[in-house]
Amino acid sequence: MSINRRKFLKIAGLTGLGLSLSARDFILMSPAEASGGHSLPSSGERLGMAIDVRKLTDADYARIADACHTVHNVPTLIPEKNNVKNEVKWIWTDTYNHTFPEQINDYHPEALRNKTFPLLCNHCDKPPCVRVCPTKATFRAKNGMIVQDPHRCIGCRFCMAGCPYGSRSFNWVDPRPYIPKRNPDFPTRTIGVVEKCTFCPERLARGQQPACVEVSNGAMIFGNLADSHSEIRNILSTHFTLRRKPTLGTMPSVFYIIGGEDYAG
Amino acid sequence: MLDKALHGGKTYWTLIIVLASIAGAGTLAYLYQFNNGLGVTGMSRDVSWGFYISQFTFLVGVAASAVMLVIPYYLHDYKKFGKIVILGEFLAVASVTMCMLFIFVDMGQPMRILNVILHPTPNSILFWDATVLNGYLFLNIVIGWTTLHAEKKQAPPPSWVKPLIYLSIPWAVSIHTVTAFLYAGIPGRHFWLTAIMAARFLASAFAGGPALLIILALILRKYTKFDPGREPIQAVGKIVTYAMCANVFFILLEVFTAFYSNIPGHMHSFEYLFVGIEGHGKLVPLMWISVIFAVISLIMLIPPKIRNKESNLIKACVLVFISLWIDKGFGLVIGGFVPNHFGTVTEYWPTLIETVITLGVWAIGFLTLTILYKVAISVREELGTVKSEY
Repeated sequence: MSINRRKFLKIAGLTGLGLSLSARDFILMSPAEASGGHSLPSSGERLGMAIDVRKLTDADYARIADACHTVHNVPTLIPEKNNVKNEVKWIWTDTYNHTFPEQINDYHPEALRNKTFPLLCNHCDKPPCVRVCPTKATFRAKNGMIVQDPHRCIGCRFCMAGCPYGSRSFNWVDPRPYIPKRNPDFPTRTIGVVEKCTFCPERLARGQQPACVEVSNGAMIFGNLADSHSEIRNILSTHFTLRRKPTLGTMPSVFYIIGGEDYAG
Repeated sequence: MLDKALHGGKTYWTLIIVLASIAGAGTLAYLYQFNNGLGVTGMSRDVSWGFYISQFTFLVGVAASAVMLVIPYYLHDYKKFGKIVILGEFLAVASVTMCMLFIFVDMGQPMRILNVILHPTPNSILFWDATVLNGYLFLNIVIGWTTLHAEKKQAPPPSWVKPLIYLSIPWAVSIHTVTAFLYAGIPGRHFWLTAIMAARFLASAFAGGPALLIILALILRKYTKFDPGREPIQAVGKIVTYAMCANVFFILLEVFTAFYSNIPGHMHSFEYLFVGIEGHGKLVPLMWISVIFAVISLIMLIPPKIRNKESNLIKACVLVFISLWIDKGFGLVIGGFVPNHFGTVTEYWPTLIETVITLGVWAIGFLTLTILYKVAISVREELGTVKSEY
């Protein structure tokens, strides 16, 4: 069978287009917008999360982190030499004082001080990581997700210096040997790039909830902040919530319901 | 003119071989890092920039300091700097070369470094830093080489080079201002989030760079026929004195703001650097050495009686250089990361591999400098103008 030049170019072009589209979809999933595009849109989508820590125990957190890290091929680098230097994590926990260092109070109920809180990327409205990235490898999608293209990242780690929440991890070593069970439906990362929680655009595109939300037994509420009738807006308008480091003006999209009276008992 | 670098005495070639060997060792160490990742360094999730970026920051200052010779010579017609301006310009070339190499060895994906140009992102300060550094390198190569070439031909420099020289003055300020903006615009890192950062960078640059220049000029006088002259060296000494005073003053301003306001975030990094936090204090001895050296250097520099003696001046310059290297080439970057965003302490210390790579980059810089200085001095030896009349 012979193919002429025209035909060849046609096929080659379509193949190239297909490859680039599939790679792009794999990583980005949603329409990308590298520039600011800030504040709540009156219509459309602005994704956010409310976390009701009253309902979450350490066992829940372990399950949640495991679900996230397994589905996203996050390497398990912690046990190695008992060294957290090279650690990669998308969602993890810490104490109240470490989570809300601006709101420390020696007289908080002991139950609150002993409680652990889940930490993840805040998907800020004014994200410093996007502002400092020199290649637009990390950018803000129209729906407010802060996503990244690991193939464009040069590994300068300016975003890690810029993020005030410690949400970003760098692949100091090749992550692939440390992935306990590889999920073939999600890309692995290479050495030398930064990664973090993405709010699961690949799952949302399939009509699923983010991996952590799915296994949270209703304690994590994910939805559209721009829709005043959404469940998350309903939760936020009926509960007192905290955001991490609000004075920095980054405007996080992750809200914590910490309760109050519940701890006093 | 470059052929002059190929004819030298025993001392010259020994120096070249020593520097090339260190550069070679650094290259091998870099290949190891390239294959195994930045995990071979002491950097971590919490202290995500280390030795490389702090060396880069320090050397931008050394590069910018050329302007301290260019301004008096070209703007104020201070003829006495005629013999040493070229030393400043070539020092800038070598320093910017090192800056770029330090950025390169710090990249997680160095093969993608051109993404900075392919996807230009004006909202990132790193984009502007790359732009101004490349421009400054270009300016100094062109200016240094053209003026030296004109000198060789015993002709005045071509008229087109004058505007470039004037341009290089604000450009020198820009490279260090933009480098300060890398740090000073980041929310949540209180140690860096200070409006005086760029001014402080410039002050330390104009002390550290000229101090190195004095050291280099006196080394050249010892080992070559070059003589910078007594008066020009004393004049540079005065520049070092004023700039070092300004630098120390600026640091004390930071200390006042942090501790009088009593805002924890502003105090923590200082506490970590100078007394340690919860038993973590790897940098404490170094930082105190920096302080002590700074104080002694000022005692030696400020009274003209002491400074006017060249043997004192050079000692003071060595102290200034070491003090500023510790302060900016180590403490400033690491201090910004400690304590981390959760209020806990992860310490940093460079590994052996990291140290060898760092030494390798310095060796490449000094190799460049040696070759450029060799060319400059050989040209003047031929002309018989190697000695300053001042």
